[in-house]
Amino acid sequence: MHIMEGFLPVTHAIGWSVASLPFLVFGTHRLSQKMAREPQARLFLGASGGFAFVLSALKLPSVTGSCSHPTGIGLGTILFGPSIMCVLGCVVLVFQALFLAHGGLTTLGANTFSMAIVGSFTAWFSFRAARSLRVPFNGCVFLAAACSDLCTYLTTALQLALAFPDPASGLAGASAKFLGVFAFTQVPLAITEGLLTVLVMNLLRNHATDSIRTLLPAFSQHRK
Amino acid sequence: MKTQNLLLILGVLTLTLFPLLTIAPRADGEAIFTGSDGQAEDLITHAHPDYQPWFAPLWEPPSNEIESMLFGLQASIGAALIGYCFGYFKGVRSKQPSDA
Repeated sequence: MHIMEGFLPVTHAIGWSVASLPFLVFGTHRLSQKMAREPQARLFLGASGGFAFVLSALKLPSVTGSCSHPTGIGLGTILFGPSIMCVLGCVVLVFQALFLAHGGLTTLGANTFSMAIVGSFTAWFSFRAARSLRVPFNGCVFLAAACSDLCTYLTTALQLALAFPDPASGLAGASAKFLGVFAFTQVPLAITEGLLTVLVMNLLRNHATDSIRTLLPAFSQHRK
Repeated sequence: MKTQNLLLILGVLTLTLFPLLTIAPRADGEAIFTGSDGQAEDLITHAHPDYQPWFAPLWEPPSNEIESMLFGLQASIGAALIGYCFGYFKGVRSKQPSDA
């Protein structure tokens, strides 16, 4: 889902950066609030950030014969909510833009929007929707992570289609082409990410039953 | 919980290994398992040959080896963070006899 450095026209690059900025400002505010009130939450924050770091570094093979990577945003979103996870997602993207030439600074806004913002809000809303439909807890975790992964890539495809409409078939044609590159490849990877997120959540709940309940209101509120 | 975790690991392995084992090299000699990010870039340069990227990365890994080293580094930083947390929780629990 990384749009390469320089591969968005200037107006789009600026537009996506401006769109991402308020989420990051609010997220940073929420993050410092959380750290001040619940210093013990740092451990979980470390684990969530670590999970996003690991998963976005792993390019996995897919049934379409190409490779892509999961995002790891779902876990942290379930634990901390979407706005804090926007910030962590952006940190991962900055690391990759600076040290790996993967993504870029001019495309940071667009990549933040797809992975960190759409990714985390999709995870949050699918988690809550599944919860309210009385889906078992692990099913909610799976859905949150898998939908977040998939929607991140759908967003990237649409961002590219907006920037590069097809000369012949326009926006719709370009969307179809970019979705063709990203969407099918991503389906098995989204399932993989869902399974991995359930696994880590299982382990966290098993190892830190008490702290996870007291530290994370979002968690206990939904855990019945 | 244990059985479920084993099944989850098995599922992840199956989903990852299945494409590796089933997808044969292409007859036209084109590379398989290339990155989808790169394919999107190719799509842009084919459909809009006149588009010039207007900004280049400040620094690029000088070779594939260096790049994979850095990806490995990123994954290991993440894994270290996760491992630290589990180690911490395990330590806390082993100090609480009531929890045994």
